Amino acid sequence: MDQQTAPGILLDVRNCRQSYPKEANSELIVLDDVNVTLREGEIVGLLGRSGSGKSTLLRIIAGLLRPTRGDVSWKGTPVSGPVRGVAMVFQSFALFPWLTVQENVELGLEAQGVARREREERTEEAIDLIGLGGYDGAYPKELSGGMRQRVGLARALVTHPDLLLMDEPFSALDVLTAETLRTDLIDLWSEGKLPVKSILIVTHNIEEAVLMCDRILVFSSDPGRVAHELRVPFPHPRNRLDPAFRKMVDDIYAVMTRRKSPADLKAEATRPATGFATPLHPIGTNLMSGLMETLAAPPYDGRADLPALASVLQYEADELLPLGETLQLLRFAELEDGDIRLTEQGRNFVHADTEERKQIFAAAALANVKLVAAIRQVIDERWNHRASAVRFRDELEDHMSPERAEETLRTAISWGRYAEIYSYDEEAQQFSLEDIEEE
Amino acid sequence: MTRPVPPALVHGRRLPNAWDAAAIALVFALLIGVAHVARGTLTPLAQMQSGHIHLDPAWLPGYALRTTMRMFAALLVSLGFTFTVATLAAKSRRAAIIVIPVLDILQSIPILGFISFTVLFFLHLFPGQELGAELAVVFVIFTSQAWNMAFSFYQSLTTEPADLIEACRSFGLTPWQRFWRLDVPFAVPGLVWNTMLSMSGGWFFVVASEAITVGNTTFTLPGIGSYVAVALQHRDFAAIVYALLAMLVVILLYDQLLFRPLVAWSGKFRFETVPSAGETEPWVLRLLRRTFLLRAAGDWLSDQFAHIVRLRLGRAERTFVSAGRHRGASRIGDAAFYAVVIIAAGIASAQVVEFCARTMHWSDLARCVILALYTLARVIAALAISCLVWVPVGVWVGFRPWATRLVQPAAQFLTAFPANLVFPVVVAGIVYFRLAPDIWLTPLMVLGTQWYILFNVVAGAAALPGDLREAAANFRLRGLLRWRRLIIPGILPYFVTGALTATGAAWNASIVAEVASWGHTTLVARGLGAYIAQATVAGDTSRIVLGVAVMAAFVLGFNRLVWRPLYAYASRRTNFG
Repeated sequence: MDQQTAPGILLDVRNCRQSYPKEANSELIVLDDVNVTLREGEIVGLLGRSGSGKSTLLRIIAGLLRPTRGDVSWKGTPVSGPVRGVAMVFQSFALFPWLTVQENVELGLEAQGVARREREERTEEAIDLIGLGGYDGAYPKELSGGMRQRVGLARALVTHPDLLLMDEPFSALDVLTAETLRTDLIDLWSEGKLPVKSILIVTHNIEEAVLMCDRILVFSSDPGRVAHELRVPFPHPRNRLDPAFRKMVDDIYAVMTRRKSPADLKAEATRPATGFATPLHPIGTNLMSGLMETLAAPPYDGRADLPALASVLQYEADELLPLGETLQLLRFAELEDGDIRLTEQGRNFVHADTEERKQIFAAAALANVKLVAAIRQVIDERWNHRASAVRFRDELEDHMSPERAEETLRTAISWGRYAEIYSYDEEAQQFSLEDIEEE
Repeated sequence: MTRPVPPALVHGRRLPNAWDAAAIALVFALLIGVAHVARGTLTPLAQMQSGHIHLDPAWLPGYALRTTMRMFAALLVSLGFTFTVATLAAKSRRAAIIVIPVLDILQSIPILGFISFTVLFFLHLFPGQELGAELAVVFVIFTSQAWNMAFSFYQSLTTEPADLIEACRSFGLTPWQRFWRLDVPFAVPGLVWNTMLSMSGGWFFVVASEAITVGNTTFTLPGIGSYVAVALQHRDFAAIVYALLAMLVVILLYDQLLFRPLVAWSGKFRFETVPSAGETEPWVLRLLRRTFLLRAAGDWLSDQFAHIVRLRLGRAERTFVSAGRHRGASRIGDAAFYAVVIIAAGIASAQVVEFCARTMHWSDLARCVILALYTLARVIAALAISCLVWVPVGVWVGFRPWATRLVQPAAQFLTAFPANLVFPVVVAGIVYFRLAPDIWLTPLMVLGTQWYILFNVVAGAAALPGDLREAAANFRLRGLLRWRRLIIPGILPYFVTGALTATGAAWNASIVAEVASWGHTTLVARGLGAYIAQATVAGDTSRIVLGVAVMAAFVLGFNRLVWRPLYAYASRRTNFG
């Protein structure tokens, strides 16, 4: 195709799909029909919630994972494994604790068999560029998180890659450290000092994406798709307080909280009639109460702008959205266009005492969370009023990844325990009605 | 302070399955095969019968050196085995299916029961040469170390952090580079600890295997073990004391020059993100690090090593990995592999059945099981008594940091000391006071292994969080309630670790502990250990195989039915997280 040989195109992902096989001919789709093109000279952000498959896409691009379907090409040649010219920075840093800073940075050059003198020169260069001079002989565990991620960066840059992949590079760092690293990186990029042609950043942090990227691909979840593509027109250095910057952040929030389209809802309705296979976010009841109390109190008085609320609570979109969605699921709140609004039931909950709260929560959970209702129903139907967790886990795993299924089951257990709908014996893996007061 | 880690084999939460049966058949067919080769080769041994062990203490340093050299030779072989077999099992799904059960069975087999076979086997390979006997002893020590080490390495390989694997792949490290940059360093802490456990046990076996009697033939290799054996024949009490002193010095040197520096050094590879505070540097390591000349030599060595590590041997894996299950796995390959294993296991079972039918009767088995029950009772009793003594002592010590600092190194030292050197002293006592051997030989089994319990309980008590102890004190938990609610649950995982190691070793020790002699007086206790020992002396292959099989079954059953569930229970309950 002539498009692939066009100048400046580094990477091209076409109709990429990633799925995991499940029982009974069904499959779990993580990525569905994703198309991405990367050109030289741009920073592109993959923005999405956790579980939206963006990290999976990054691994496919890095040549670490084979897509179930679709093509990936690097400079016009099909990718079939780890690509030379692509280097990766990890969320967890992925430093070798038994190697010094210098040895960690040298790793990629060793693999390429670069001769000793050149290896040492280039390593020194990368270490100085990234501000690690003087730390050469230190071991990773002696460094702070920020310094460790600098090592991760230097290790990737020393190989002079054309494309730098960054997998949530700053999310394991505290707010101020992350900000320093972002600005340092952007400064180096703007001054043309980075030995890379293009950068791809995976992030769940909306402000980070708007601050750093030239182009943002917003991912939707279940299955992961590129829902939106936006261009960020602001020149570097960018100002977070600039009204245009704020507006863009708000707009992306709105996109990410938008209700599912009627077509999506219809698709959900036609799913098999097991009914309870909706993933639950692992949100504790204390956290829900806390958010509802905050919302009910001034200055919000029952309604808040999500980005503003997030920054006051020092939350990121990724943390606040599941919380909002959970409240919406329980009908304690509604999400609309980047706002969250407390419902009547939510207000009742806030004003109730401890016992009443449990009753309100129990009613809401039984009415709106099908898994919780199903567990209680099975217990009631059994002569010994016991039900094994295994069958629920198995049934959940037919519709989601094992990790998700476990998380969902854990959440149902914790909600049920709190609301005294049922109790759970960890050792026997059994639900029962022991210690539950019947009214 | 070193944190005790349970032996690697505890962790496997495998349910018994068909592969276990295949593994059992294969292992026993192999043993019978070795026994078969070994049989009828007693004749060339006669010339090798050696009496050239001198009881003059001046010879002792030389003997000690030779004993030590055998230990290290075995260690090298074990390391080689670990790096190859465990790597194979970790990288090949098919190999793992059969290798792991085989390792599990092998580590339950009482090694001492098979000394005579292995000795004869190697002598057969190198007839009339001392080399054969040397290799046999090295092999015995190897069998006492290798399984645990291989399993530890296998476990490390299968639990490597995903991000480091991805880093290796994305930077394009070759298999050789990855092995030395990721696989080995990641495994070092567990491997060093398991090697040390194995080596501590190894001193016991090296001493036991230097002087072996098979049939009418006794052969001896110069070493501390044979020195003691000869001293025993001559009822030379002074010589035994000299040997004990020599061993004490050897273990002390081993502990100070090797064990402590190695464990401290392995801390560098511990996979943690915060530096652990307050660990004292052993003096040897300090010497190595601070002395200019030694440091320069060390740097030069590590440079050469790094050079080898960087070699780009093999080709970097430049292919995708598929997500999900092994969709790429070839079914034909699987089928072929399973067929080979099944056929091999079938042939092996046929061999075992044929062998048993030819040489044994059901009554033999019944007799063995009854004897095994005697030994079981003895193991449990000895263990129970040592627990009653050492658990309170260990807790008392563990709660006092100054006492812990004194006791912990001593307990660690005592686990390495080969208790069988002390047996003659005890036996002489039993003979002198005319005590009943059925009862008084029992303590010998735990003489060397009880220290594992003390060591682990001390560590468990020391690791109990201070705030829990303060809370217990605040609520005035006292006496029995304090034990039931605080101490026992707190130390349980550590205790199980220690007791498990101790029982395994006690079964093994029963073979040398249930039959003991002092000069021409021989004391025998009723039990499976004595049965195996006597069969060895008589050169009765079939009874040895049967005895060993029954003992292996008991050890395996005990581990599977008691220790593993208990360990799983304990570690789930007391996860201070």
